Amino acid sequence: MSVDVQTVKRVARLARIAVSEDDAQRMTGELNAILGFVEQLNEVDVSGVEPMTSVTPMAMKKREDVVTDGDKAADIIANAPATEEDFFLVPKVVE
Amino acid sequence: MTDLTRLTIAEARAKLHAKDFTAAELTDAYLAAIDAANPSLNAYVAVTHDKARAMAKASDAKLAKGDTGALEGIPLGIKDLFATEGVHTQAASHVLDGFKPRYESTVTANLWADGAVMLGKLNMDEFAMGSSNETSYYGPVVNPWRAAGSNKQLVPGGSSGGSAAAVSGFLCAGATATDTGGSIRQPAAFTGTVGIKPTYGRCSRWGTIAFASSLDQAGPIARDVRDAAILLKSMASVDAKDTTSVDRPVPDYEAAIGRPVKGMKVGIPKEYRMDGMPQEIEALWQKGIAWLKEAGAEIVDISLPHTKYALPAYYIVAPAEASSNLARYDGVRYGLRVPGKDIVELYENTRAAGFGREVKRRIMIGTYVLSAGYYDAYYLQAQKVRTLIKKDFEDAFHAGVDVILTPATPSAAFGIADQDMNADPVKMYLNDIFTVTVNMAGLPGIAVPAGLDANGLPLGLQLIGRPFDEEALFQTAHVIEQAAGRFQPQGWW
Repeated sequence: MSVDVQTVKRVARLARIAVSEDDAQRMTGELNAILGFVEQLNEVDVSGVEPMTSVTPMAMKKREDVVTDGDKAADIIANAPATEEDFFLVPKVVE
Repeated sequence: MTDLTRLTIAEARAKLHAKDFTAAELTDAYLAAIDAANPSLNAYVAVTHDKARAMAKASDAKLAKGDTGALEGIPLGIKDLFATEGVHTQAASHVLDGFKPRYESTVTANLWADGAVMLGKLNMDEFAMGSSNETSYYGPVVNPWRAAGSNKQLVPGGSSGGSAAAVSGFLCAGATATDTGGSIRQPAAFTGTVGIKPTYGRCSRWGTIAFASSLDQAGPIARDVRDAAILLKSMASVDAKDTTSVDRPVPDYEAAIGRPVKGMKVGIPKEYRMDGMPQEIEALWQKGIAWLKEAGAEIVDISLPHTKYALPAYYIVAPAEASSNLARYDGVRYGLRVPGKDIVELYENTRAAGFGREVKRRIMIGTYVLSAGYYDAYYLQAQKVRTLIKKDFEDAFHAGVDVILTPATPSAAFGIADQDMNADPVKMYLNDIFTVTVNMAGLPGIAVPAGLDANGLPLGLQLIGRPFDEEALFQTAHVIEQAAGRFQPQGWW
């Protein structure tokens, strides 16, 4: 399978990365080189093989459903580029 | 006084306890070495002079009282991927500009609890995506090694290139690193140092910036096998904050060093004999086989039939996980923000400006293979192939093999801005051909220096072990180290 420039632009939109026309052209070539390389996986007979979900067989650890952390609003917003009181600031999203 | 930066961790530990010098003196020696060398090597992206001196002073107080941790007063470098409270933590990316976490990663917290001293944060490929340390926003790291009679700048490998260069160039006693497809072992091989990627689940991933969560593991890069064992003992732990951290006690890895390997079964996988592999790599492999045989190990030929599919499967699984993990860099909660007319444009502009080319490429591949209509063809197929890769190893171990011996890399270190590698991303990816299988199967692997090539550049061998049998790796790697000797670069920087 290979991708065209339109697909690359659509994927960039999904990934929320702005791309120029030149970027999209260049990425099309790069992505097709990688997709060409991974194509060989189709040779492998995987009938009856389960997809891997965990490299080590282990049960998910559980803990008691109690509050162990929190009340850290100042820490959480400390690295944000724009804040007001304990909120992250973003451009207006609702008219 | 002899140059304190030349001591191994084990040597420095003994001399600190014998009061031959203080932790403050040892730390000052490293800080002076960093200040002198970093303009040439670019191994550190942040040097924490004040913090290092304060930690060393605290260690001296503990040493005076005889109340010491396992790494008391030992100065270490920390890969920029580990969250360190109040200190530069950016995964060498522009998108995390100015990020200073309000918390400490479990791995680094373990090191500080054992008395280690932080010298600073080490350069790396952006978000650990790369094999040459050239994708860093902070520019490439220069390998302390040069070919004989040449002053051409070589890469230290990647993604833990800063870690490997700093250890090899005597700019820290040891370093933390991480390995998703070979990012500890390949740079260790390129710099004549020892690097171990432990079993998935051995070191907590909490507070380590995520690249591909099912593959990422932290581990040390060190000057010799013993130092690697000492560091891993401190880094590893059982951590309730990481649900994939495994509930088993951390063994005393150092105790495994010097144990005889007589009677151990060493597997030699025929699929690692690649077409076009340089004769020097084959010769090195044969030397390793001979050394282990002389030490009494039994050498057996084995087959890992799905080896060639590990790298293509990796280039589906790792970008898929990365595209999801890196969705959090949105210009809202931390780091860089580039404005836009609405919130979507803010996201798109921030991510376009903040991520480098390799990172964008992998996010794009990951987004594509997970998108509607392609998931089964790519991601599901790759995860099935991964099951087969793991089964290959299980079959070998089930047949009685204790460790597997392979080359660590297909070549020695190459030049910075290599034309071929820059033109073709797949060519760069092939650096990890011998290491990536280990991540796909979640196994432990160690790279140990085994010799020099015709140009005088270091080459490494890799040993792969059973899950959680890191001890067997230290045991066998030590035999190779004893036979091969240690390798140090000429100090030109």
